[in-house]
Amino acid sequence: MNVEQFIRRFAEQFDETPTHDFTVDTRFKENDEWSSMTALSLIAMVDESYSVRLTGDDIRQSSTIKDIYDIVSAKIPNQQA
Amino acid sequence: MNAYIKAISYHLPQNQLDNAALAALFPEWGVEKIAQKIGIDTRHIAAADEFASDMAIAAAQKLFAEHSVSPARIDFILYCTQSPDYFLPTTACIIQNKLGIPVKAGALDFNLGCSGYIYGLALAKGLVAAGIAKNILLLTSETYSKFIHPGDKGNRTIFGDAATATLISTDGFAAIGEFELGTDGEGATNLMVKQGAIRYPDKNADSVNDDYGNEQSPGHLYMDGPEIFAFTSKAVPRLVADTLAKNNVDKAGIDLFIFHQANRYMLEHLRKKIDISAEKFFTYMANVGNTVSSSIPIALYEALKEKPAGPEAKWLLAGFGVGYSWGATVITF
Repeated sequence: MNVEQFIRRFAEQFDETPTHDFTVDTRFKENDEWSSMTALSLIAMVDESYSVRLTGDDIRQSSTIKDIYDIVSAKIPNQQA
Repeated sequence: MNAYIKAISYHLPQNQLDNAALAALFPEWGVEKIAQKIGIDTRHIAAADEFASDMAIAAAQKLFAEHSVSPARIDFILYCTQSPDYFLPTTACIIQNKLGIPVKAGALDFNLGCSGYIYGLALAKGLVAAGIAKNILLLTSETYSKFIHPGDKGNRTIFGDAATATLISTDGFAAIGEFELGTDGEGATNLMVKQGAIRYPDKNADSVNDDYGNEQSPGHLYMDGPEIFAFTSKAVPRLVADTLAKNNVDKAGIDLFIFHQANRYMLEHLRKKIDISAEKFFTYMANVGNTVSSSIPIALYEALKEKPAGPEAKWLLAGFGVGYSWGATVITF
């Protein structure tokens, strides 16, 4: 799982914020575009790209993109670092 | 004895809440953008003095008129709602009287949401197969609008009120096939109206904003949208696979898939995940929103108008949501 690719995919869920505004440390809930719809599309992206089930609780407990990345990484079976 | 769907009709309340009205109510919120993603332009909302049973009665009367069905022939009423008129008596009993259905008819309510239509078909099929009833009036009716906090923009954008009536009989246009049903009460608190029934009778008027800025209170409808999305994403592909297996048909053998019309975003995700072609996937929600237990029969009614089924055509119907509860079946024309 590639962190740069993950950030790019994460950023694609935000229609208006430029991709380069996102880093591992971005506190995504502070973005004006963040809504339950963005949360839904984040779950869909993680499901489609990594076959991992991200839950509403996972998102609730996360602040930064790194937090989400770590949760997804931990859920990927037999992952390659 | 086989059970068949013989006729379907539906009723929508007159009042509407369109995207322009929502934008006026919540000017800082990008309603248009969100509504476009979820595929809903307008929703019908029951009037203050219009209740789920009134709508169910209107849907049944429409069915009687539209398909020349006499209420005298109905020998069982199955009424699916989470908005009963009273704790007791059973709303289906009140409906029997108001519709002039014979006193010899059986009647019961059952409380399910988005999976309710599938369960209703399963119960009706059981009644026919056991020789208990021959002409079952399956009614679905919901007024979630009365549960939703006025400041809960998210849920107000998604849900619409509606009622449907389906006649299930010993003959009809489509045979009801085998069922796959499921339940997982672990998800109970993710879609809930917590207060106002017996366990928590007093409604707490204090409202709070949820994680996404929607105003809610334990006396109103609460939905953890992302969590529900995660649940369906896991449960529905398996539900479809198991239903196909049970009906001895493969995906290619299904001519049309009709899912609970949750919202377009969720359905598109499921469609791609299950790998169903867009032509075989019917959606109807722009004009009605997510109508809970009425969404499948409304879509079925519209699909029958739009894409008349050929002989031996097979359509898969699947419902999933509050409970969690899910179910699916295949109907054969």
